[in-house]
Amino acid sequence: MSGLMHELGAKALKLGIPLSVQLDLTYRCNERCVHCYLDHDDHGEMTTPEIKDLLDQLAAAGVLFLILSGGEIFLRRDLFEIVEYARKLMFSVKLKTNAVMIRKAKAKRIADLGVASVQISLYSHRAEVHDAITKLPGSFAHTIKGARLLRANGVRVIFANVLMKHNVDDYAEVQALAAGLGVEYSVDPTITPMLDGDRSILGLNIAPEELEQVFRDSTLVGNAEEFCAPPSGPLAEADALDSLPCSAGHTACYVSPYGDLYPCVQFPLPSGNVRNTRFLEIWQNSAALKEVRAITMAELQGCSSCVHGGSCSRCPGLAYTEGNMRGPSTQDCEKSLARTGVPSPNLLQKGPATKPEPAAGAGSQRSLSGNHAVIWMAAQR
Amino acid sequence: MSTQRYVARAANVAARMIGGEMMIMSGSDSSLYSLNETASILWQAADGVTPLAQIVEQHICADYAVDAATALRDAEELAEELARQGILVLSDAPLPDSRPPAKASA
Repeated sequence: MSGLMHELGAKALKLGIPLSVQLDLTYRCNERCVHCYLDHDDHGEMTTPEIKDLLDQLAAAGVLFLILSGGEIFLRRDLFEIVEYARKLMFSVKLKTNAVMIRKAKAKRIADLGVASVQISLYSHRAEVHDAITKLPGSFAHTIKGARLLRANGVRVIFANVLMKHNVDDYAEVQALAAGLGVEYSVDPTITPMLDGDRSILGLNIAPEELEQVFRDSTLVGNAEEFCAPPSGPLAEADALDSLPCSAGHTACYVSPYGDLYPCVQFPLPSGNVRNTRFLEIWQNSAALKEVRAITMAELQGCSSCVHGGSCSRCPGLAYTEGNMRGPSTQDCEKSLARTGVPSPNLLQKGPATKPEPAAGAGSQRSLSGNHAVIWMAAQR
Repeated sequence: MSTQRYVARAANVAARMIGGEMMIMSGSDSSLYSLNETASILWQAADGVTPLAQIVEQHICADYAVDAATALRDAEELAEELARQGILVLSDAPLPDSRPPAKASA
């Protein structure tokens, strides 16, 4: 991160400005990925005028980074009208798509509109593996063609490679494929619960020993020795009092196709709905967001004294879907264990080889993570 | 005889006024720029059709104690620098630019 970007983030935090918003335009999709968290029916998406009005509000609130995602965004017939409007409001626009529907004209239009980047989900370099995950025959060929067309038009493209049991052995070849196409590469080894609270897809997560292997691959993590270094101990008390768990709800938030606002796509804490309340009113006055903002590292139960405190990637959204946003995120505890070989107090309490269990009361909560889980490693073009 | 010059915001940039500071992100390499007060004024007035001299006269000289010739010379240097960075377009002829001013309330 550049110095100026860091300064911008700090300034936004101090002033309470939502620097970055992810807006899902639809949950409908032309693929049926085995690990997806979504219900693909349309339950009443925001209309074009509603979205344009929301974009006006976001610009006025100071949002600079706008991520348009789904579902598959190209299933919205008004997608380009929305992107064009967003660009006129001078957002930095990032698109997330499977690229299956991108043809020559669309690729050129994306380039002409000055879209900052397009993130494309790609699961394997092998068509049969990719198509088996998406359950859409021919999707691999279309996705690669879409990526090529975008690159031919000078668009920055990033492959998002979610790892699961089906494709864990393929990531090196996907990296090579990305490099050959002039595409950046990012990998995400986390499968998270479904929208309706169903945690059965967690069984798709890669095995602990495979996660260890991923964490020791310097092509993914940079300096593997440093990345997997023994835990540095809990945060110092003064740091813990000042430190915030992450940007969710502080300088970033998420809006669903139905106008529901959450701290993050991975943090489905209902915070308001932009269809009946102005965005800024929710952002500034929502009791839920105020509660999120009140949490510091010092008061995280089981985390503030954990030996991984200084290096843990704890996701408050995953902790929330486990039942306590002030508690640990077991999946992140497992990552820390895979990195360092040292179990967290949370894992020790759960016992050996314990997998996260559905938390009481979490079944009816919305989990919006799945294939939008944190992309935690990104290689430069 | 001096030629009229025109300035327009580059088509592929992102921009937002944040805490009184205009932040510009280059579309070509995602570099981030922070403009000072007078550069922000120039940026916001760069509609592609108003001559730079007129922008300076209306938005700079009117509010700052500086003579028109000096202000115009400084503005041209600034515009040339922003053009080199790819976030502004500088031309001897009017430039069509339909973008509305960047929202600036944050």
